[in-house]
Amino acid sequence: MNDTQHKLNAALGQALKGRITRREFTQLALASGVTLAAANSMFTKAWADEPKKGGNFKVGVGHGATTDSMDPGLYPDQFTGTALWGTLANSLTEIDADGNVMGDIAESFESSDGAKKWVFKVRNGVTFHNGKTVTADDVIASLQHHLGENSKSAAKSLLKEVAVMKADGPNTVVFELTGGNADFPYTVSDYHMPIMPKNPDGTVDWQSGIRTGAYKLDKFDPGVQASFTKNENYYKPGKGWFDTVQFLSIKDSAARTNALLSGEIHYMDRCDLKTLDQLKANPDLTVSEITGYGHYIYVMNVTQKPFDDVNVRMAIKYSMPRDAILESVFLGHGTVGNDNPIAPTVKFAIDPMPKHTYDPAKSKEYLKKAGLDSLAFDLSVADAAFAGAVDAALLWKEKAKDCGIDINVIKEPEDGYWDNVWLKKPFVASYWSGRPTVDWMMTTAYAADAAWNDTFWKNAKFNELLIAARSETDEAKRAAMYAEMQQILHDDGGLVNMLFNSYVEAHAKNLGHGKVAANWQLDGMRVAERWWFTS
Amino acid sequence: MHPVLKTVLQRLGLGLLTLFVVSVVIFASLEMLPGGFAEAILGQGATPETVAAFNHQVGLDRPATVRYVEWIWNILHGDFGYSYAGMGGSIKRSVSELIAPRLYNTFFLAIMTAIVAVPLSLFLGILAALYRNSWYDRIVNTVTLTTIATPEFFIAYLLMFFFAIRHRWFYSLSTVSDSTPFLEHIYRAALPALTLTLVIVAHMMRMTRASLINLLASPYMEMAQLKGVPRREAIIKHALPNAWAPIATVIAFNLAYLVVGVVVVEVVYVYPGIGQLMVDSVSSRDMPVVQACALIFAATYILLNLSADIVSIVTNPRLLHPK
Repeated sequence: MNDTQHKLNAALGQALKGRITRREFTQLALASGVTLAAANSMFTKAWADEPKKGGNFKVGVGHGATTDSMDPGLYPDQFTGTALWGTLANSLTEIDADGNVMGDIAESFESSDGAKKWVFKVRNGVTFHNGKTVTADDVIASLQHHLGENSKSAAKSLLKEVAVMKADGPNTVVFELTGGNADFPYTVSDYHMPIMPKNPDGTVDWQSGIRTGAYKLDKFDPGVQASFTKNENYYKPGKGWFDTVQFLSIKDSAARTNALLSGEIHYMDRCDLKTLDQLKANPDLTVSEITGYGHYIYVMNVTQKPFDDVNVRMAIKYSMPRDAILESVFLGHGTVGNDNPIAPTVKFAIDPMPKHTYDPAKSKEYLKKAGLDSLAFDLSVADAAFAGAVDAALLWKEKAKDCGIDINVIKEPEDGYWDNVWLKKPFVASYWSGRPTVDWMMTTAYAADAAWNDTFWKNAKFNELLIAARSETDEAKRAAMYAEMQQILHDDGGLVNMLFNSYVEAHAKNLGHGKVAANWQLDGMRVAERWWFTS
Repeated sequence: MHPVLKTVLQRLGLGLLTLFVVSVVIFASLEMLPGGFAEAILGQGATPETVAAFNHQVGLDRPATVRYVEWIWNILHGDFGYSYAGMGGSIKRSVSELIAPRLYNTFFLAIMTAIVAVPLSLFLGILAALYRNSWYDRIVNTVTLTTIATPEFFIAYLLMFFFAIRHRWFYSLSTVSDSTPFLEHIYRAALPALTLTLVIVAHMMRMTRASLINLLASPYMEMAQLKGVPRREAIIKHALPNAWAPIATVIAFNLAYLVVGVVVVEVVYVYPGIGQLMVDSVSSRDMPVVQACALIFAATYILLNLSADIVSIVTNPRLLHPK
């Protein structure tokens, strides 16, 4: 950067702080040989990019139910996650826009003993909304909330590897795990585990809504709305710009779209893909699309005939027209999958070879290897698994005929799909919102003993690697192990990963933001903390 | 005993019996639904352990008959119980506390619509009978038939498009809370009320017109005409009193619809009424709430039908003073 530019930038900084006026800046810029138009646009651009305080930010979310609770262990979806965690609270750690884990309530964390022992330092001077300082005891009580015999928490299984959790002084929490886990800091970033104030009796106060986040809770009306005002004492510099924030539960996508078009909300999630062009044509709106960790899959029970034969599984994997499905059912909003559940943006992800594409010749070849001329099976689907599951299955059925495969698509009732079809029928449509680490995803759904092992796949080598990699702190060795695991799953597993879905969201043009995170929708569910109004 | 009083008491007794039958049917059908509250709330997070803990906490591990008897016993004591949501914590949400604001919103919208729609349809109907087969009659008939034949969500989207997006005269969202001022509540509920008005006017207006025209052919109307009563007066003074019974029945029916059947309009305008609450609760298997809502709906029907019957008795001297 040359000297003139340097001075100009400094001047721009002064202008933004209000110390010099636009006119003074322009004069300075002209004196340095910049044209008037360029000077003006420099000023305007800097002014627009610079975060500004103020405004009442309203978000329309396509989730939310009257049964939603303040209990973080029971947060079911985006509404509670974004409003009652991302806006109101902080966890020990957080995941940044690049998918790396960093401290949040914890200032730092380090492991020893093959990642079996973890020491988290609680950040100094973080306060709850009632002014109380956050200590190690609060952290322990908050996590303890999910454990114990009577816990109904969704985070219970995430924390089951914690053997001992104790405070070492007011600012240090020590975790001892049953086995090594180099990814433990990722685990405690989960939205079910906000830090809450401890009650005198040792339990935790989840009821009052007193947390540490950028906004304080005004009112939570389950299934309707949640409103917040700015927390003036928020510890994070440069975060939490709005004066007030309101989340509205608008489940009807047309109503959500209309609310955005009429200016009643500034941000909507889950745009209706069929009417997306109309939103794009509106000059006041921006449509954003982020490929997240979530994926739409069809899973077969590999312990049942005919799926117990790996050649049959391969024949099925080669019979799916992923590109055609992406184009016609999802209108191009996504990235085709390659039977690897790890999203390309996750650390240590690989793209296993050979790529599984629609290939009738290969499919028939594998059928022959399995000793079959043709194959017929039932596929249970419902849009409860993911919107488009039925259409995609029907398209697959048509194309699979050319591979000698006859798919009998059974449309199951949406109500109760996860209880009666998923994990029960041999071949079903399913969905994962994905996990930020390879270990987490594999442990949740593909480990031999996982409660949600929906393919019933038990591969000895895979499980060995999973445990070995967990405590391996050498990054290169870990990367190699994870690559091998993904390859095994791709070649042998019972999942057909059709595609990674995109988060398609829309917002008013006068909102500013940094790089958008991919770990959850709504900028990692922290849109209220990270975004601002530019005008 | 006065016949009106007797009918009211009889009907109320029958109503209670109906409510009892409804409660059994509702309870039984909810029992038959696949999946439970724990699975619905926990979704993919439902491991057998957490489900068991949940069911134990809300008492779902006891036999259905025991739970039914306990529930009905509590209702008789005016206690609708607690919602399963938030159970186990120290903040229990009672069903009545959950339903009250929603019910208020629903009644607000229903009354607001009724205040506009009932007089409007009577007025249109009487005029249509007066000027039968005129251009006015045909236009009113066609327009109301069109609005009743169009699905309500479509009318809602059309109104929203013109009045909230094209011209920003109204809000596209009707979200209200208990802190919303009265006038703003009316303003916010205007589009849903207009939608519902368009949906129900045709039914009531056509009933009014038909029953009046039916009576116009009767001999006593001919007599009135012969003795020189002006046509307008003949209709309002002589025909209308005899037409009240069928009109009142249709009005009662439509008012009941305004309370129990408007969930689609609520969803489109995001209006926090009781319909949405019930649908939410069914999909999450929050039984105490569903049962209470169903009882309220049944009671609404029974009471409105009862009032329609009273109107027909009171307006008919033959029923009011039986021999």
